[in-house]
Amino acid sequence: MAKARTRFFKPREKRVNRSMAGNTMLFVLMVICGLAMVLPLVMVINNCLKPLDELFQFPPRIFVKNPTLENFSDLFRLMNDSWVPFSRYILNTIIITGGGMVGHVLIASLAAYPLAKHDFPGKNILFSMVVLSMMFSWTVTQTPQYMIISWLHINNSYLALILPACSFGMGLYLMKQFMEQLPDSLMESARLDGANEWQIFWKIVMPNVKPAWLTLAIFQFQQMWGNTGSTFLRDEELKPLQYALFQISAGGTARAGAAAAVTFIIAAVPITFFLICQKNVLETMTTSGMKE
Amino acid sequence: MKESSLAFRIRRNKTSYFMLAPYFVMFFFFTVLPVVMSIFFSFTYYNMLEMPEFIGWKNYIKLFLEDDIFLKSLKNTMVLAVVTGPVSYFLCLLFAWIINEFKGWLRAFLTLIFYAPSICGNAFVVWNLILSGDRYGYLNGILLKLGILDEAVIWMKTEKYVLPMLIVVQLWLSLGTGFLSFIAGLQTVDKSLYEAGAIDGIKNRWQELWYITLPAMRPQLMFGAVMQITQSFAIADVSLQLAGNPSVNYAGATVVTHLLDYGTVRFEMGYASAIATVLFILMVGSNKLVQKLLRRVGE
Repeated sequence: MAKARTRFFKPREKRVNRSMAGNTMLFVLMVICGLAMVLPLVMVINNCLKPLDELFQFPPRIFVKNPTLENFSDLFRLMNDSWVPFSRYILNTIIITGGGMVGHVLIASLAAYPLAKHDFPGKNILFSMVVLSMMFSWTVTQTPQYMIISWLHINNSYLALILPACSFGMGLYLMKQFMEQLPDSLMESARLDGANEWQIFWKIVMPNVKPAWLTLAIFQFQQMWGNTGSTFLRDEELKPLQYALFQISAGGTARAGAAAAVTFIIAAVPITFFLICQKNVLETMTTSGMKE
Repeated sequence: MKESSLAFRIRRNKTSYFMLAPYFVMFFFFTVLPVVMSIFFSFTYYNMLEMPEFIGWKNYIKLFLEDDIFLKSLKNTMVLAVVTGPVSYFLCLLFAWIINEFKGWLRAFLTLIFYAPSICGNAFVVWNLILSGDRYGYLNGILLKLGILDEAVIWMKTEKYVLPMLIVVQLWLSLGTGFLSFIAGLQTVDKSLYEAGAIDGIKNRWQELWYITLPAMRPQLMFGAVMQITQSFAIADVSLQLAGNPSVNYAGATVVTHLLDYGTVRFEMGYASAIATVLFILMVGSNKLVQKLLRRVGE
Protein backbone atom coordinates (compact mmCIF):
# COMPACT_ATOMS: atom_id res chain seq x y z
CA MET A 1 0.00 0.00 0.00
CA ALA A 2 2.72 2.38 1.02
CA LYS A 3 4.61 1.48 -2.10
CA ALA A 4 1.61 2.12 -4.31
CA ARG A 5 1.22 5.47 -2.63
CA THR A 6 4.67 6.67 -3.53
CA ARG A 7 4.15 5.57 -7.07
CA PHE A 8 1.02 7.65 -7.57
CA PHE A 9 1.50 10.58 -5.24
CA LYS A 10 4.41 12.88 -4.95
CA PRO A 11 6.34 11.50 -2.02
CA ARG A 12 8.05 14.33 -0.20
CA GLU A 13 6.68 17.85 -0.49
CA LYS A 14 3.03 18.78 0.01
CA ARG A 15 2.55 16.28 2.78
CA VAL A 16 1.87 19.33 4.92
CA ASN A 17 -1.78 20.25 5.22
CA ARG A 18 -3.15 17.04 3.68
CA SER A 19 -5.87 15.07 5.40
CA MET A 20 -6.80 11.53 4.39
CA ALA A 21 -10.48 12.53 4.12
CA GLY A 22 -9.57 15.35 1.76
CA ASN A 23 -7.38 13.09 -0.33
CA THR A 24 -10.13 10.50 -0.65
CA MET A 25 -12.77 13.05 -1.52
CA LEU A 26 -10.66 14.65 -4.24
CA PHE A 27 -9.63 11.27 -5.59
CA VAL A 28 -13.25 10.15 -5.89
CA LEU A 29 -14.19 13.45 -7.51
CA MET A 30 -11.33 13.01 -9.96
CA VAL A 31 -12.40 9.50 -10.91
CA ILE A 32 -16.00 10.55 -11.53
CA CYS A 33 -15.06 13.60 -13.58
CA GLY A 34 -12.36 11.70 -15.43
CA LEU A 35 -14.85 9.05 -16.46
CA ALA A 36 -17.33 11.68 -17.62
CA MET A 37 -14.65 13.38 -19.70
CA VAL A 38 -13.35 10.23 -21.27
CA LEU A 39 -16.70 8.56 -21.97
CA PRO A 40 -17.45 10.34 -25.28
CA LEU A 41 -13.93 9.52 -26.48
CA VAL A 42 -14.43 5.89 -25.47
CA MET A 43 -17.58 5.97 -27.59
CA VAL A 44 -15.62 7.34 -30.54
CA ILE A 45 -13.15 4.48 -30.28
CA ASN A 46 -15.81 1.79 -29.81
CA ASN A 47 -18.08 3.10 -32.56
CA CYS A 48 -15.40 2.91 -35.19
CA LEU A 49 -14.99 -0.81 -34.40
CA LYS A 50 -18.70 -1.64 -34.38
CA PRO A 51 -20.33 -3.51 -37.25
CA LEU A 52 -23.34 -1.68 -38.67
CA ASP A 53 -25.95 -3.67 -36.74
CA GLU A 54 -24.30 -2.74 -33.46
CA LEU A 55 -24.32 0.95 -34.37
CA PHE A 56 -28.10 0.78 -34.55
CA GLN A 57 -29.08 -1.23 -31.59
CA PHE A 58 -31.61 -0.74 -28.85
CA PRO A 59 -30.76 -0.28 -26.08
CA PRO A 60 -27.49 1.29 -27.32
CA ARG A 61 -24.32 -0.24 -25.92
CA ILE A 62 -21.17 1.71 -25.34
CA PHE A 63 -18.74 -1.15 -25.75
CA VAL A 64 -18.35 -3.10 -28.94
CA LYS A 65 -19.23 -6.80 -28.92
CA ASN A 66 -17.78 -8.07 -32.19
CA PRO A 67 -15.02 -5.62 -33.13
CA THR A 68 -14.35 -5.34 -36.84
CA LEU A 69 -12.27 -3.14 -39.11
CA GLU A 70 -15.05 -3.13 -41.71
CA ASN A 71 -15.68 0.60 -41.16
CA PHE A 72 -12.11 1.44 -42.08
CA SER A 73 -12.14 -0.75 -45.17
CA ASP A 74 -15.44 0.92 -46.12
CA LEU A 75 -13.79 4.28 -45.68
CA PHE A 76 -10.82 3.32 -47.84
CA ARG A 77 -13.13 2.00 -50.52
CA LEU A 78 -15.04 5.29 -50.53
CA MET A 79 -11.74 7.17 -50.64
CA ASN A 80 -10.76 5.33 -53.80
CA ASP A 81 -14.02 6.34 -55.42
CA SER A 82 -13.42 10.04 -54.87
CA TRP A 83 -13.40 12.38 -57.83
CA VAL A 84 -9.94 13.73 -57.10
CA PRO A 85 -7.38 11.07 -56.13
CA PHE A 86 -7.46 10.79 -52.38
CA SER A 87 -3.71 11.26 -51.99
CA ARG A 88 -4.29 14.77 -53.33
CA TYR A 89 -6.36 15.68 -50.26
CA ILE A 90 -3.64 14.35 -48.01
CA LEU A 91 -1.01 16.34 -49.88
CA ASN A 92 -3.13 19.48 -49.55
CA THR A 93 -3.44 18.99 -45.82
CA ILE A 94 0.30 18.51 -45.52
CA ILE A 95 0.99 21.68 -47.48
CA ILE A 96 -1.56 23.77 -45.59
CA THR A 97 -0.86 22.61 -42.04
CA GLY A 98 2.86 22.24 -42.73
CA GLY A 99 3.08 25.70 -44.28
CA GLY A 100 1.11 27.23 -41.42
CA MET A 101 3.21 25.46 -38.81
CA VAL A 102 6.64 26.20 -40.24
CA GLY A 103 5.73 29.74 -41.30
CA HIS A 104 4.23 30.59 -37.94
CA VAL A 105 7.04 29.10 -35.87
CA LEU A 106 9.72 30.89 -37.91
CA ILE A 107 8.03 34.25 -38.22
CA ALA A 108 6.73 34.36 -34.65
CA SER A 109 10.07 33.29 -33.18
CA LEU A 110 11.90 35.87 -35.25
CA ALA A 111 9.61 38.58 -33.89
CA ALA A 112 9.62 37.20 -30.37
CA TYR A 113 13.40 37.42 -30.01
CA PRO A 114 13.70 41.23 -30.19
CA LEU A 115 10.51 41.61 -28.13
CA ALA A 116 12.01 39.46 -25.39
CA LYS A 117 15.63 40.55 -25.46
CA HIS A 118 16.09 43.90 -27.19
CA ASP A 119 15.15 47.33 -26.02
CA PHE A 120 13.79 49.64 -28.68
CA PRO A 121 11.10 52.29 -29.09
CA GLY A 122 7.59 50.88 -29.63
CA LYS A 123 8.32 47.51 -28.08
CA ASN A 124 5.65 47.68 -25.40
CA ILE A 125 2.96 48.93 -27.76
CA LEU A 126 3.61 46.15 -30.25
CA PHE A 127 3.47 43.48 -27.57
CA SER A 128 0.34 44.81 -25.93
CA MET A 129 -1.32 44.78 -29.34
CA VAL A 130 -0.56 41.09 -29.61
CA VAL A 131 -1.93 40.47 -26.10
CA LEU A 132 -5.04 42.42 -27.01
CA SER A 133 -5.46 40.25 -30.09
CA MET A 134 -5.73 37.19 -27.85
CA MET A 135 -8.73 38.76 -26.17
CA PHE A 136 -10.98 38.31 -29.18
CA SER A 137 -11.36 35.31 -31.39
CA TRP A 138 -10.75 35.04 -35.11
CA THR A 139 -14.51 35.03 -35.67
CA VAL A 140 -14.48 38.80 -35.11
CA THR A 141 -12.03 39.38 -37.93
CA GLN A 142 -13.09 36.75 -40.41
CA THR A 143 -15.48 38.85 -42.48
CA PRO A 144 -12.98 41.64 -43.22
CA GLN A 145 -10.27 39.00 -43.55
CA TYR A 146 -12.28 37.49 -46.35
CA MET A 147 -12.36 40.87 -48.09
CA ILE A 148 -8.61 41.39 -47.62
CA ILE A 149 -7.85 37.96 -48.97
CA SER A 150 -9.90 38.60 -52.08
CA TRP A 151 -8.23 42.01 -52.56
CA LEU A 152 -4.80 40.39 -52.28
CA HIS A 153 -5.96 37.90 -54.95
CA ILE A 154 -4.87 34.94 -52.87
CA ASN A 155 -8.41 33.60 -52.74
CA ASN A 156 -8.64 30.00 -53.86
CA SER A 157 -5.00 29.25 -53.08
CA TYR A 158 -3.14 27.66 -50.21
CA LEU A 159 -1.89 31.08 -49.16
CA ALA A 160 -5.39 32.14 -48.14
CA LEU A 161 -5.18 29.66 -45.27
CA ILE A 162 -1.45 29.76 -44.57
CA LEU A 163 -0.79 33.50 -44.35
CA PRO A 164 -3.43 34.38 -41.72
CA ALA A 165 -2.33 31.35 -39.72
CA CYS A 166 1.22 32.68 -39.62
CA SER A 167 0.12 35.75 -37.72
CA PHE A 168 -1.80 34.20 -34.83
CA GLY A 169 -1.14 36.05 -31.60
CA MET A 170 -0.80 33.18 -29.21
CA GLY A 171 2.36 31.72 -30.75
CA LEU A 172 4.24 34.99 -30.57
CA TYR A 173 3.05 35.48 -27.00
CA LEU A 174 4.18 32.04 -25.80
CA MET A 175 7.47 32.29 -27.63
CA LYS A 176 8.28 35.72 -26.22
CA GLN A 177 7.46 34.63 -22.67
CA PHE A 178 9.65 31.58 -23.04
CA MET A 179 12.59 33.47 -24.57
CA GLU A 180 12.54 36.01 -21.77
CA GLN A 181 13.89 33.49 -19.34
CA LEU A 182 17.00 32.75 -21.39
CA PRO A 183 19.94 34.28 -19.52
CA ASP A 184 21.28 37.44 -21.17
CA SER A 185 24.83 36.22 -20.65
CA LEU A 186 24.21 33.59 -23.30
CA MET A 187 23.71 36.25 -25.95
CA GLU A 188 26.36 38.58 -24.55
CA SER A 189 29.11 36.00 -24.92
CA ALA A 190 28.03 35.25 -28.47
CA ARG A 191 28.17 38.98 -29.24
CA LEU A 192 31.68 39.18 -27.83
CA ASP A 193 32.62 36.34 -30.17
CA GLY A 194 31.49 38.52 -33.04
CA ALA A 195 28.14 36.95 -33.86
CA ASN A 196 25.48 39.28 -35.28
CA GLU A 197 21.87 39.27 -34.13
CA TRP A 198 20.68 36.96 -36.91
CA GLN A 199 23.33 34.41 -36.06
CA ILE A 200 22.49 34.67 -32.37
CA PHE A 201 18.84 34.10 -33.15
CA TRP A 202 19.46 31.09 -35.33
CA LYS A 203 22.39 29.45 -33.54
CA ILE A 204 21.89 30.37 -29.88
CA VAL A 205 18.27 31.28 -29.24
CA MET A 206 16.39 28.80 -31.41
CA PRO A 207 18.20 25.66 -30.22
CA ASN A 208 17.58 26.77 -26.64
CA VAL A 209 13.85 27.25 -27.04
CA LYS A 210 13.13 23.91 -28.66
CA PRO A 211 10.29 23.04 -26.25
CA ALA A 212 8.60 26.31 -27.19
CA TRP A 213 8.69 25.84 -30.92
CA LEU A 214 7.53 22.27 -30.62
CA THR A 215 4.61 23.56 -28.58
CA LEU A 216 3.86 26.27 -31.11
CA ALA A 217 3.92 23.69 -33.87
CA ILE A 218 1.47 21.48 -31.99
CA PHE A 219 -0.93 24.28 -31.15
CA GLN A 220 -0.78 25.47 -34.71
CA PHE A 221 -1.42 21.97 -35.96
CA GLN A 222 -4.49 21.67 -33.72
CA GLN A 223 -5.78 24.97 -35.08
CA MET A 224 -5.29 24.06 -38.71
CA TRP A 225 -6.13 20.37 -38.64
CA GLY A 226 -9.84 21.02 -38.26
CA ASN A 227 -10.00 23.57 -41.08
CA THR A 228 -12.07 22.45 -44.04
CA GLY A 229 -10.98 25.52 -45.97
CA SER A 230 -14.40 25.77 -47.54
CA THR A 231 -14.58 29.57 -47.19
CA PHE A 232 -11.53 30.22 -49.32
CA LEU A 233 -10.88 27.19 -51.47
CA ARG A 234 -13.15 26.55 -54.44
CA ASP A 235 -11.15 24.08 -56.51
CA GLU A 236 -11.59 20.49 -55.51
CA GLU A 237 -7.86 19.91 -56.15
CA LEU A 238 -6.95 22.33 -53.35
CA LYS A 239 -9.20 21.09 -50.59
CA PRO A 240 -7.79 19.47 -47.46
CA LEU A 241 -8.37 16.05 -45.99
CA GLN A 242 -10.93 17.27 -43.46
CA TYR A 243 -13.18 18.45 -46.24
CA ALA A 244 -13.01 15.12 -48.04
CA LEU A 245 -13.64 13.19 -44.85
CA PHE A 246 -16.69 15.28 -44.12
CA GLN A 247 -18.03 14.69 -47.60
CA ILE A 248 -17.67 10.98 -47.12
CA SER A 249 -19.20 10.86 -43.68
CA ALA A 250 -22.13 13.11 -44.56
CA GLY A 251 -23.98 10.27 -46.22
CA GLY A 252 -26.53 9.57 -43.51
CA THR A 253 -27.33 6.13 -42.18
CA ALA A 254 -25.69 4.22 -45.01
CA ARG A 255 -22.36 5.82 -44.21
CA ALA A 256 -22.64 5.64 -40.43
CA GLY A 257 -19.80 3.14 -40.24
CA ALA A 258 -17.43 5.18 -42.40
CA ALA A 259 -18.43 8.29 -40.45
CA ALA A 260 -17.45 6.61 -37.19
CA ALA A 261 -14.06 5.77 -38.68
CA VAL A 262 -13.67 9.37 -39.84
CA THR A 263 -14.49 10.72 -36.38
CA PHE A 264 -11.87 8.43 -34.92
CA ILE A 265 -9.17 9.58 -37.35
CA ILE A 266 -10.02 13.24 -36.82
CA ALA A 267 -9.68 12.89 -33.04
CA ALA A 268 -6.77 10.48 -32.93
CA VAL A 269 -4.24 12.49 -34.92
CA PRO A 270 -4.06 15.64 -32.75
CA ILE A 271 -4.31 13.62 -29.54
CA THR A 272 -1.37 11.47 -30.62
CA PHE A 273 0.71 14.54 -31.41
CA PHE A 274 -0.01 15.96 -27.98
CA LEU A 275 0.79 12.66 -26.31
CA ILE A 276 4.22 12.59 -27.91
CA CYS A 277 5.09 16.16 -27.01
CA GLN A 278 3.29 16.58 -23.69
CA LYS A 279 6.49 17.25 -21.73
CA ASN A 280 7.61 20.03 -24.03
CA VAL A 281 4.18 21.61 -24.07
CA LEU A 282 3.95 21.74 -20.29
CA GLU A 283 7.46 23.10 -20.03
CA THR A 284 6.51 25.92 -22.38
CA MET A 285 3.29 26.65 -20.56
CA THR A 286 5.14 27.32 -17.29
CA THR A 287 6.10 30.67 -18.76
CA SER A 288 2.67 31.42 -20.22
CA GLY A 289 1.66 33.67 -17.30
CA MET A 290 0.55 37.23 -17.94
CA LYS A 291 2.35 39.92 -16.04
CA GLU A 292 0.32 42.89 -14.98
CA MET B 1 16.69 66.96 -28.91
CA LYS B 2 14.17 64.30 -28.02
CA GLU B 3 13.29 63.83 -31.68
CA SER B 4 16.84 63.18 -32.74
CA SER B 5 17.44 60.80 -29.87
CA LEU B 6 14.33 58.83 -30.79
CA ALA B 7 15.42 58.69 -34.42
CA PHE B 8 18.84 57.64 -33.26
CA ARG B 9 17.41 54.86 -31.11
CA ILE B 10 15.28 53.63 -33.97
CA ARG B 11 18.24 53.59 -36.32
CA ARG B 12 20.46 51.87 -33.80
CA ASN B 13 17.88 49.12 -33.38
CA LYS B 14 17.16 48.59 -37.03
CA THR B 15 18.01 44.88 -36.84
CA SER B 16 15.27 44.48 -34.22
CA TYR B 17 12.75 46.08 -36.55
CA PHE B 18 13.81 43.89 -39.46
CA MET B 19 13.22 40.84 -37.29
CA LEU B 20 9.80 42.09 -36.27
CA ALA B 21 8.77 43.06 -39.78
CA PRO B 22 7.56 39.75 -41.28
CA TYR B 23 5.32 38.92 -38.35
CA PHE B 24 3.92 42.37 -37.81
CA VAL B 25 3.24 42.99 -41.50
CA MET B 26 0.99 39.92 -41.47
CA PHE B 27 -0.37 40.76 -38.06
CA PHE B 28 -1.33 44.16 -39.46
CA PHE B 29 -3.00 42.68 -42.55
CA PHE B 30 -4.90 39.86 -40.86
CA THR B 31 -5.64 41.21 -37.39
CA VAL B 32 -5.25 44.98 -37.00
CA LEU B 33 -6.65 45.99 -40.36
CA PRO B 34 -9.67 43.65 -40.06
CA VAL B 35 -10.62 45.17 -36.70
CA VAL B 36 -10.32 48.69 -38.10
CA MET B 37 -12.28 47.69 -41.23
CA SER B 38 -14.89 46.03 -39.13
CA ILE B 39 -15.49 49.23 -37.18
CA PHE B 40 -15.45 51.30 -40.37
CA PHE B 41 -17.79 49.07 -42.40
CA SER B 42 -20.18 48.77 -39.47
CA PHE B 43 -21.29 52.31 -40.33
CA THR B 44 -21.92 51.48 -43.97
CA TYR B 45 -24.12 49.42 -46.25
CA TYR B 46 -21.75 47.16 -48.16
CA ASN B 47 -22.39 44.03 -50.23
CA MET B 48 -18.90 43.63 -51.74
CA LEU B 49 -20.20 44.49 -55.23
CA GLU B 50 -21.14 48.13 -54.97
CA MET B 51 -19.15 50.81 -53.18
CA PRO B 52 -19.87 50.96 -49.44
CA GLU B 53 -22.46 53.59 -48.60
CA PHE B 54 -22.21 55.50 -45.32
CA ILE B 55 -25.38 55.07 -43.27
CA GLY B 56 -24.30 56.19 -39.78
CA TRP B 57 -25.65 54.27 -36.82
CA LYS B 58 -28.38 52.52 -38.84
CA ASN B 59 -26.83 49.05 -38.60
CA TYR B 60 -26.59 49.31 -34.84
CA ILE B 61 -30.10 50.70 -34.52
CA LYS B 62 -31.41 47.83 -36.61
CA LEU B 63 -29.42 45.33 -34.55
CA PHE B 64 -30.69 46.42 -31.18
CA LEU B 65 -34.19 47.62 -32.07
CA GLU B 66 -35.41 45.53 -34.99
CA ASP B 67 -33.41 42.33 -35.24
CA ASP B 68 -35.17 39.96 -32.85
CA ILE B 69 -32.90 37.08 -33.87
CA PHE B 70 -29.85 39.11 -32.98
CA LEU B 71 -31.30 39.93 -29.57
CA LYS B 72 -32.07 36.29 -29.02
CA SER B 73 -28.59 35.22 -30.12
CA LEU B 74 -27.06 37.91 -27.93
CA LYS B 75 -29.04 36.59 -24.99
CA ASN B 76 -27.95 33.01 -25.77
CA THR B 77 -24.33 34.10 -26.07
CA MET B 78 -24.51 35.90 -22.73
CA VAL B 79 -26.06 32.84 -21.07
CA LEU B 80 -23.46 30.54 -22.60
CA ALA B 81 -20.59 32.86 -21.70
CA VAL B 82 -21.76 33.62 -18.16
CA VAL B 83 -22.26 29.92 -17.44
CA THR B 84 -19.48 28.20 -19.36
CA GLY B 85 -16.84 30.93 -18.86
CA PRO B 86 -16.62 30.90 -15.05
CA VAL B 87 -17.55 27.22 -14.68
CA SER B 88 -14.93 26.03 -17.15
CA TYR B 89 -12.39 28.38 -15.56
CA PHE B 90 -12.96 26.86 -12.13
CA LEU B 91 -13.00 23.34 -13.54
CA CYS B 92 -9.64 24.00 -15.21
CA LEU B 93 -8.26 25.22 -11.92
CA LEU B 94 -9.80 22.45 -9.84
CA PHE B 95 -8.68 19.61 -12.10
CA ALA B 96 -5.21 21.10 -12.54
CA TRP B 97 -4.94 21.46 -8.79
CA ILE B 98 -5.92 17.85 -8.17
CA ILE B 99 -3.75 16.53 -11.00
CA ASN B 100 -0.85 18.34 -9.38
CA GLU B 101 -1.09 15.90 -6.44
CA PHE B 102 -0.22 13.00 -8.73
CA LYS B 103 3.03 12.23 -10.42
CA GLY B 104 4.60 10.16 -13.15
CA TRP B 105 2.57 8.46 -15.84
CA LEU B 106 -0.69 8.81 -13.93
CA ARG B 107 -0.27 12.56 -13.97
CA ALA B 108 0.50 12.56 -17.68
CA PHE B 109 -2.47 10.28 -18.32
CA LEU B 110 -4.90 12.46 -16.36
CA THR B 111 -3.65 15.56 -18.14
CA LEU B 112 -4.27 13.86 -21.46
CA ILE B 113 -7.79 12.70 -20.53
CA PHE B 114 -8.94 16.15 -19.50
CA TYR B 115 -7.18 18.01 -22.29
CA ALA B 116 -8.02 15.60 -25.12
CA PRO B 117 -11.62 16.74 -25.77
CA SER B 118 -10.50 20.30 -26.50
CA ILE B 119 -8.11 19.14 -29.24
CA CYS B 120 -10.17 16.35 -30.75
CA GLY B 121 -11.35 18.70 -33.48
CA ASN B 122 -14.81 18.03 -34.79
CA ALA B 123 -14.98 14.71 -32.98
CA PHE B 124 -17.50 16.34 -30.66
CA VAL B 125 -20.03 15.25 -33.27
CA VAL B 126 -20.07 12.04 -31.22
CA TRP B 127 -22.46 14.01 -29.02
CA ASN B 128 -24.87 13.79 -31.93
CA LEU B 129 -25.09 10.09 -31.13
CA ILE B 130 -25.49 10.69 -27.41
CA LEU B 131 -28.18 13.31 -27.92
CA SER B 132 -29.75 11.67 -30.94
CA GLY B 133 -33.50 12.08 -31.00
CA ASP B 134 -34.43 8.45 -31.62
CA ARG B 135 -34.22 5.41 -29.36
CA TYR B 136 -30.69 4.65 -30.57
CA GLY B 137 -29.32 7.77 -28.89
CA TYR B 138 -27.38 6.89 -25.76
CA LEU B 139 -29.16 9.38 -23.52
CA ASN B 140 -32.61 8.37 -24.70
CA GLY B 141 -31.65 4.71 -24.55
CA ILE B 142 -30.52 4.93 -20.93
CA LEU B 143 -33.44 7.06 -19.77
CA LEU B 144 -35.96 4.81 -21.55
CA LYS B 145 -34.41 1.72 -20.06
CA LEU B 146 -34.48 3.22 -16.59
CA GLY B 147 -38.12 4.14 -17.14
CA ILE B 148 -37.51 7.86 -16.60
CA LEU B 149 -38.80 8.63 -20.09
CA ASP B 150 -41.81 7.06 -21.78
CA GLU B 151 -40.79 8.05 -25.27
CA ALA B 152 -37.62 9.34 -26.92
CA VAL B 153 -36.97 13.06 -26.59
CA ILE B 154 -35.63 14.91 -29.62
CA TRP B 155 -33.12 16.79 -27.49
CA MET B 156 -31.66 19.20 -29.98
CA LYS B 157 -35.01 20.03 -31.54
CA THR B 158 -36.77 20.82 -28.29
CA GLU B 159 -36.30 24.46 -27.49
CA LYS B 160 -35.85 24.20 -23.74
CA TYR B 161 -33.13 21.55 -23.96
CA VAL B 162 -30.97 23.18 -26.63
CA LEU B 163 -29.04 25.68 -24.49
CA PRO B 164 -28.44 23.36 -21.52
CA MET B 165 -27.15 20.64 -23.82
CA LEU B 166 -24.86 23.09 -25.62
CA ILE B 167 -23.52 24.15 -22.23
CA VAL B 168 -22.73 20.55 -21.30
CA VAL B 169 -20.91 19.89 -24.58
CA GLN B 170 -19.07 23.19 -24.44
CA LEU B 171 -17.87 22.48 -20.89
CA TRP B 172 -16.63 19.10 -22.04
CA LEU B 173 -14.66 20.84 -24.78
CA SER B 174 -13.36 23.73 -22.77
CA LEU B 175 -10.37 22.44 -20.79
CA GLY B 176 -7.89 23.81 -23.27
CA THR B 177 -4.84 26.03 -23.24
CA GLY B 178 -5.81 27.66 -19.94
CA PHE B 179 -5.92 24.25 -18.30
CA LEU B 180 -2.39 23.44 -19.51
CA SER B 181 -1.21 26.80 -18.26
CA PHE B 182 -2.61 26.05 -14.79
CA ILE B 183 -1.02 22.61 -14.65
CA ALA B 184 2.32 24.07 -15.63
CA GLY B 185 1.89 27.04 -13.31
CA LEU B 186 1.19 24.89 -10.27
CA GLN B 187 4.50 23.16 -10.79
CA THR B 188 6.39 26.42 -10.61
CA VAL B 189 5.06 27.50 -7.22
CA ASP B 190 8.00 27.68 -4.85
CA LYS B 191 7.74 24.67 -2.53
CA SER B 192 9.37 26.44 0.38
CA LEU B 193 6.37 28.78 0.47
CA TYR B 194 4.19 25.85 1.57
CA GLU B 195 6.48 24.96 4.42
CA ALA B 196 6.74 28.57 5.49
CA GLY B 197 2.94 28.79 5.31
CA ALA B 198 2.51 25.75 7.50
CA ILE B 199 4.67 27.38 10.14
CA ASP B 200 2.70 30.62 9.80
CA GLY B 201 -0.49 28.78 10.75
CA ILE B 202 -2.06 27.68 7.47
CA LYS B 203 -4.17 24.73 8.56
CA ASN B 204 -5.51 22.94 5.50
CA ARG B 205 -5.17 22.64 1.77
CA TRP B 206 -7.96 25.11 1.08
CA GLN B 207 -6.24 27.89 2.99
CA GLU B 208 -3.01 26.91 1.32
CA LEU B 209 -4.69 27.20 -2.06
CA TRP B 210 -6.14 30.64 -1.39
CA TYR B 211 -3.27 32.27 0.48
CA ILE B 212 -0.23 30.72 -1.19
CA THR B 213 -0.91 28.84 -4.41
CA LEU B 214 -3.31 31.20 -6.17
CA PRO B 215 -1.38 34.43 -5.51
CA ALA B 216 1.82 32.69 -6.62
CA MET B 217 0.28 31.70 -9.93
CA ARG B 218 -1.59 34.92 -10.62
CA PRO B 219 0.08 35.38 -14.03
CA GLN B 220 -1.24 31.98 -15.15
CA LEU B 221 -4.65 32.83 -13.73
CA MET B 222 -4.73 35.93 -15.89
CA PHE B 223 -3.68 34.02 -18.99
CA GLY B 224 -6.21 31.27 -18.33
CA ALA B 225 -8.96 33.83 -17.90
CA VAL B 226 -8.21 35.36 -21.28
CA MET B 227 -8.36 31.93 -22.92
CA GLN B 228 -11.62 30.87 -21.27
CA ILE B 229 -13.43 34.17 -21.78
CA THR B 230 -12.53 34.50 -25.42
CA GLN B 231 -13.54 30.90 -26.03
CA SER B 232 -16.86 31.17 -24.22
CA PHE B 233 -17.99 34.20 -26.23
CA ALA B 234 -17.02 32.57 -29.51
CA ILE B 235 -19.19 29.46 -29.18
CA ALA B 236 -20.53 28.61 -32.62
CA ASP B 237 -19.27 25.33 -34.04
CA VAL B 238 -20.93 23.28 -31.32
CA SER B 239 -24.23 24.98 -32.00
CA LEU B 240 -23.93 24.64 -35.78
CA GLN B 241 -23.09 20.94 -35.58
CA LEU B 242 -25.47 19.85 -32.85
CA ALA B 243 -28.41 22.22 -33.11
CA GLY B 244 -28.12 23.12 -36.79
CA ASN B 245 -28.45 26.53 -38.32
CA PRO B 246 -31.03 27.89 -38.05
CA SER B 247 -31.72 25.96 -34.88
CA VAL B 248 -35.25 25.32 -33.74
CA ASN B 249 -36.76 28.74 -32.97
CA TYR B 250 -33.18 30.05 -32.91
CA ALA B 251 -32.75 28.42 -29.49
CA GLY B 252 -29.11 27.66 -30.30
CA ALA B 253 -28.29 30.84 -32.22
CA THR B 254 -25.25 32.73 -30.93
CA VAL B 255 -23.77 36.06 -31.97
CA VAL B 256 -21.18 34.18 -34.00
CA THR B 257 -23.72 32.04 -35.87
CA HIS B 258 -25.65 35.22 -36.63
CA LEU B 259 -22.43 36.80 -37.85
CA LEU B 260 -21.72 33.80 -40.07
CA ASP B 261 -25.21 34.03 -41.48
CA TYR B 262 -24.78 37.66 -42.59
CA GLY B 263 -21.05 37.51 -43.40
CA THR B 264 -20.77 34.27 -45.35
CA VAL B 265 -24.29 33.53 -46.54
CA ARG B 266 -26.03 36.85 -47.19
CA PHE B 267 -22.87 38.91 -47.86
CA GLU B 268 -24.28 41.92 -46.04
CA MET B 269 -20.82 42.95 -44.96
CA GLY B 270 -21.81 46.23 -43.32
CA TYR B 271 -24.34 44.57 -41.09
CA ALA B 272 -22.00 41.63 -40.38
CA SER B 273 -19.30 44.14 -39.44
CA ALA B 274 -21.63 45.74 -36.92
CA ILE B 275 -22.24 42.33 -35.35
CA ALA B 276 -18.49 41.66 -35.30
CA THR B 277 -17.85 45.02 -33.66
CA VAL B 278 -20.39 44.30 -30.93
CA LEU B 279 -18.73 40.93 -30.36
CA PHE B 280 -15.30 42.58 -30.27
CA ILE B 281 -16.44 45.04 -27.62
CA LEU B 282 -18.06 42.24 -25.59
CA MET B 283 -14.95 40.06 -25.65
CA VAL B 284 -12.35 42.72 -24.98
CA GLY B 285 -14.57 44.47 -22.41
CA SER B 286 -15.18 41.36 -20.32
CA ASN B 287 -11.52 40.39 -20.57
CA LYS B 288 -10.43 43.77 -19.23
CA LEU B 289 -13.01 43.60 -16.45
CA VAL B 290 -11.95 40.13 -15.33
CA GLN B 291 -8.28 41.11 -15.39
CA LYS B 292 -9.14 43.86 -12.94
CA LEU B 293 -10.94 41.41 -10.65
CA LEU B 294 -8.11 38.88 -10.76
CA ARG B 295 -5.59 41.40 -9.45
CA ARG B 296 -7.37 41.07 -6.13
CA VAL B 297 -6.90 37.31 -5.76
CA GLY B 298 -5.47 36.39 -2.38
CA GLU B 299 -5.83 39.89 -0.94
